[in-house]
Amino acid sequence: MTQPILSLRNLTAAFPTEDGLKEVVRNISFDVAPGETVAIVGESGSGKSVTSLAIMGLLDKRARVSGQVLLDGRDLLGLPEKQMRQVRGNDIAMIFQEPMSSLNPVFPVGDQIAELLIRHGQVPRDQVAAEVLRLMDRVRIPNAHARIKDYPHQFSGGMRQRVMIAMALAARPRLLIADEPTTALDVTIQGQILDLIKEIQEEQGMAVLFITHDMGVVAEIADRTVVMFRGDHIETGATADLFTGATQPYTRALLAAVPRLGQMAGQDWPLRFPRVDMDSGTITAQPAVVDTVDRSATPVLSVRNLVTRFAAGSDLLGRPTGKVHAVEDLTFDLWQGETLSLVGESGCGKSTTGRSILRLVQPESGQVTLDGFDVLGAGPGDLRRMRRSGQMIFQDPFSSLNPRMTVGQTVAEPILTHKLVPRAQVRERAAELLAQVGLDGSMLDRYPHEFSGGQRQRVAIARVLGLNPKVIVADESVSALDVSIKAQVCNLLMDLQERLKIAYLFISHDMAVVERVSHRVAVMYLGEIVEIGPREAIFADPQHPYTKKLIAAVPIPDPARRGLRRAMQVDELKSPVRPIGFQPPKRDWRQVSDRHFVMV
Amino acid sequence: MTAIDMPAPRAKSRFWRKFRRNRAALVGGVIVAFFVLLAVAAPILPIADPLATSWTAIRLAPSAEYWLGSDEIGRDILSRMIWGAQASLMAGVISVAIAVMTGVPIGLIAGYFGGWTDTIISRFTDALLAMPFLIMAIALAAFLGPSLTNAMIAIGLSAMPIFIRLTRAQVMSVKTEDYVEGARAIGLGHLAIMRRYILPNIVPPIIVQATLTIATAIIAEASLSFLGLGQQAPAPSWGSMLNVAKNFLTQAPWMAWWPGAAIFLVVIGFNLIGDGLRDALDPREH
Repeated sequence: MTQPILSLRNLTAAFPTEDGLKEVVRNISFDVAPGETVAIVGESGSGKSVTSLAIMGLLDKRARVSGQVLLDGRDLLGLPEKQMRQVRGNDIAMIFQEPMSSLNPVFPVGDQIAELLIRHGQVPRDQVAAEVLRLMDRVRIPNAHARIKDYPHQFSGGMRQRVMIAMALAARPRLLIADEPTTALDVTIQGQILDLIKEIQEEQGMAVLFITHDMGVVAEIADRTVVMFRGDHIETGATADLFTGATQPYTRALLAAVPRLGQMAGQDWPLRFPRVDMDSGTITAQPAVVDTVDRSATPVLSVRNLVTRFAAGSDLLGRPTGKVHAVEDLTFDLWQGETLSLVGESGCGKSTTGRSILRLVQPESGQVTLDGFDVLGAGPGDLRRMRRSGQMIFQDPFSSLNPRMTVGQTVAEPILTHKLVPRAQVRERAAELLAQVGLDGSMLDRYPHEFSGGQRQRVAIARVLGLNPKVIVADESVSALDVSIKAQVCNLLMDLQERLKIAYLFISHDMAVVERVSHRVAVMYLGEIVEIGPREAIFADPQHPYTKKLIAAVPIPDPARRGLRRAMQVDELKSPVRPIGFQPPKRDWRQVSDRHFVMV
Repeated sequence: MTAIDMPAPRAKSRFWRKFRRNRAALVGGVIVAFFVLLAVAAPILPIADPLATSWTAIRLAPSAEYWLGSDEIGRDILSRMIWGAQASLMAGVISVAIAVMTGVPIGLIAGYFGGWTDTIISRFTDALLAMPFLIMAIALAAFLGPSLTNAMIAIGLSAMPIFIRLTRAQVMSVKTEDYVEGARAIGLGHLAIMRRYILPNIVPPIIVQATLTIATAIIAEASLSFLGLGQQAPAPSWGSMLNVAKNFLTQAPWMAWWPGAAIFLVVIGFNLIGDGLRDALDPREH
């Protein structure tokens, strides 16, 4: 191997806690060669981000870092801050997960790129403007010369990440550290950004250290992969070798836990994820799901021509200048015991649909019948009773539980609100509910911050189970969880469905999970359902171009199939903002097969 | 709304355990308790009459006879300090209590309901905030009539807009959290959501603001006293003593030292208690 550009030797980082120093990263050693892409992969808490921050010298002052971080043989750990600032940006550049918070909202993006160029002083003043334009072209921002004066909020998430990459490239770094750069982006945009990073790397011969939790992304981009687990370096290898013949049980477990698109061919019902033991790597298949749906019965949820619009912008008198057509003429049914997945990219209206159905936002028109309740016409009393039938689980288990209430209080709240059991038995019932989601009753008096993400999500599920709901809207409920935890929570949802005949409206952007858990799938684009049908039909025989694009964009966790994706053009989800008085066009539907419809 | 009192005893004991373990808060508690005790015990302490003047003891420096010195008409400063503690502490605590008890609910309603309710309340608050705090307190006190009670009400109402503003801003950020929407989804009423989901999560900045406002209120009472609108002369309060003392800073600096030091200590005491409360109320702090 050629002389590596970056070498880590026994990097250890520890933070002082009340119980003494706690090592969050132990003895990490690996190399990155020029022009190479190395991925660090691991679940949350594995220490991958701490490793990258340690390389950049950006860890908190209190952190104790030992070992060596060699950049071209020079140890960065002992470097004074002033020299380190030279290294950052000039030799190593970094891009982060959330491009909005990394950009200054009050300056045009062009100025922000120019500032970097001037600070690094590699470009003569009179050529800065031309260089900014070149960089923006470089990261394929369409119409760059027109957008140079635009502010960060005028760019979409994907475009902002392109701006961040342009800024990272400003000083022509030899190493780019990318910390989960595509995690906050939609899957089609993620593909574009990955392609972009790869292209630029080839053009500039830059090395890339890519930090991610997503095995699909690893397979797509990395030459070599470093696997981390709870601060330890588990295994390093060429990505292709790792995927076919990992030596460590944890790596095998991690790979096995990844939901893969296309695993469900020939399956009639949703399928539980196999149980993967992260320590031993053993995989235990789980019992098959039985048929839970009776389509001869009346649907437990019927949505007819649902429309939800929000005011957008305002003129001088404060009147709205347009409307966001968040949900447009939506019609579908959901049967008891069935999982209907709503898929689509951010801004397509899938969350608003879920919230409209439970009347957490006020729809403009349409009809929703939930367990016999006319949701949109219900008065306060009926609405309150309806709450027992339709419930919601949120995405972020860190913001969906009141931090000031114990888990016991949280789980007991709905039972008390609806007076479902006598007050004296509430505690007992809360413990029972926790047991149903696989948590111990002794956790009742603990606060949410003492729980992990997966446990919190279980608490959130226990809370809504107290009401015996018929329909649960699960809004990206597993998206924020690590793969192994994601699988467990999905299995829990399927267990509950089997036992309690709950119907789920499963809102997700994760196609691989959707394929696993759904009976039917509805694809949303700009507030409308463009295709709806049985899960196997949607995945095996997608009809609408958008559905095809969505499925094609999912990164495949298999390095052998890298690059098989169609070259994607740079484009964005169009805006659902329409002028006041806009009449949406009448849509026609074509029936593809039994229960499979596509918008023409 | 039904409150869940089930694990309450545990939560309360946890709160006290955490509060007691916090040394700084304990020090604050001791300071405040010391002054409260003095104020309460004033009638039974063996001290001079705070109102008795003496032509032979004008502006005497601290000595064996006058421990803290005497003022410009020969009154014992120690005695006036002890008797004045009552007025000053009450002015500080009660007026802030009035401000919090009126401002927080109004801010909560404005922030939670938004729309027209918010517009009306916010414009009204802006109008109040446009008037300087002290000018408004003086105007209100003059309108209500001169007495310590009215001064406290006037100061409380003048400090209210700050709490409306602060509460409203905090509510606006907390109400977008998923757990608030979750509370709506399980069918909780507005009152229960505000009380159990929003209020506990916006308490920390309100506590900090309240402890800071106590200092402002004690000083404001002094200004009102000076104008004859607060504590009625010759009855003492720290603020009014400080106000008089400023005329004799070069000749008799001790006249300013003691009330100044007392206000300083009380404010520190309340701040430390406030920090302790904030931490003890937060389950995330150990």
